[in-house]
Amino acid sequence: MQNVADHVATTLRRRGRWSAAEVIFWLVAAAPLFLLPERHLLLNEIAIVGLFALSLDLILGYAGIVSLGHAAFFGVGAYVAGLLAKNGIGDPVLGLAAAAFAATGLGFITSFLVLRGADLANLMVTLGVALVLGEIANRMAWLTGGADGLQGVSINPIFGIFEFDIFGTTAYAYSLIVTFILFVIARRIVVSPFGLSLRSIRDNSLRARAIGIPVNARLVAVYTLSAAYAGVAGALLAQTTQFVSLDVFAFHRSADVLLVLVIGGVGYLYGGLIGAVVFKILQDVLSAWTPQYWQFWIGLVLVILVLSGRERLADRGRALWASILGRSTAPVTQPTAVEES
Amino acid sequence: MTVALETKGLVKRFGGFTATDDVSFRLEQGARHALIGPNGAGKTTFINLLTGVLTPSGGQIFLEGADITRLRPEQRVRRGLARTFQINQLFPAMTPLETLALAVSERMGGGRDWWRVIGSKRGASDEVVEMAQRFRLTDVLDERTSHLPYGKQRLLEIAVAFACRPRVLLLDEPAAGVPEAERHELLAAVAALPRDVSVLLIEHDMDLVFSFADRISVLVNGAVFTEGSVDEVSTDPRVRAVYLGEKVDE
Repeated sequence: MQNVADHVATTLRRRGRWSAAEVIFWLVAAAPLFLLPERHLLLNEIAIVGLFALSLDLILGYAGIVSLGHAAFFGVGAYVAGLLAKNGIGDPVLGLAAAAFAATGLGFITSFLVLRGADLANLMVTLGVALVLGEIANRMAWLTGGADGLQGVSINPIFGIFEFDIFGTTAYAYSLIVTFILFVIARRIVVSPFGLSLRSIRDNSLRARAIGIPVNARLVAVYTLSAAYAGVAGALLAQTTQFVSLDVFAFHRSADVLLVLVIGGVGYLYGGLIGAVVFKILQDVLSAWTPQYWQFWIGLVLVILVLSGRERLADRGRALWASILGRSTAPVTQPTAVEES
Repeated sequence: MTVALETKGLVKRFGGFTATDDVSFRLEQGARHALIGPNGAGKTTFINLLTGVLTPSGGQIFLEGADITRLRPEQRVRRGLARTFQINQLFPAMTPLETLALAVSERMGGGRDWWRVIGSKRGASDEVVEMAQRFRLTDVLDERTSHLPYGKQRLLEIAVAFACRPRVLLLDEPAAGVPEAERHELLAAVAALPRDVSVLLIEHDMDLVFSFADRISVLVNGAVFTEGSVDEVSTDPRVRAVYLGEKVDE
């Protein structure tokens, strides 16, 4: 049956292909560089939060590991990049690499803690790690500046050419390009045999073991990778704002990034990016409109989102979109809801 | 005949309770061996010891002569010991195609391959096709596993174990709960397993045991009660008393 063979081969290969919707997504992300010069600071923040959420999606959406302390890696990345720049090593790309390296190390070590427990235990352990690191940064004020933050971070131009400006244009271009490169790598990973094995572990780790998958080794690998991504996101924040405060380890940072994934959806990589756009714009609009009560409105939006179900809203949105275009735009991969697993 | 799988004095205690009591068992190469016993006889514990889910309190396990007592479950699979589960253990959100592609690529050592798209090795997708055809899954390859009819899920359960290219395959009640209409397809697939794979069948269904197996071991209270050919065991009055008799009474 040749047609079965063809079907199998093409179906498997199609998983790796980019759809038109994805290309448009990235073109739209790049367009504001030229179209919206006054919004680059906000867009830079969105790109960073998007990358941070992408890193959480790798463990939450693909491997099913919940975390309430992902800011641990974000913070370590931020402080490493900030400290390097403060002490005269201001090359941004080198700073990113060092931040990724440090976060990778921390991720690898702490991954063994999250292997032991179930979901609730993991929430507590990850939260604890982030709190401990935040406190260490607070106590080591001689190094980190403590509660005053790390002052005097100065970043060299990228490749010695592109200087960071006060409008955030270079910053946004830099963050967007780094996010894009890491996204492409992540996208490649999730359709690989390794990526599929992660999904299988999330779905049923008993069976995953029974087909010879070394479950623990895979979880360590993806947790470490995710930490590296979070570290880079932290470093981007430190470099583009030229400042690091204890806030990078704060609980709300870990919680926000989880909210971003709740908004955008997990398990298809774009959830973090779309969620970051929605979350940051909501935050920006609401806090301009009602500086005191914007958190209330964000909370309300989240409650509505969870009650009505993002899947249903997304389906309706897609149906509307399809009727406007007069054809269906099928998504690359089905977003998987958190509740499902 | 050489021995495919062997246990020597295997013991498993849970507190004061001995679930597996000094079991010395041999599965010959290419055998069709059935393990039967009343409920609570320790069949599942025995399987879990063989596959490494549980660690034995004493004794040893050999796969084709090599001691695998201390190996982790996934290491045993890679040595050629695969199993199915009594209750389906599948990947509900994945399609059969993805499931089989994953099992095949893991076996080929591709699980550490994070750069290539899955199935881009030609050999891998050929093998997925072979598995799909052998287990009659070609028409449901792209459906979500959780949406498959139960009989197809049972077939996939065996297919995914078989995709690990086992030397020894442990089938834990493969036909359990399969509706009559889908049963034939499943039994045909089990009967058609290649002879170079040694099969240990754990089963309650005596019709399936007698039609499939050429040897039977009877497990009672965690210990091997008796062992022999189908004729010997089925005519053994003691077996009838402890096991078959009970089945009739149910």
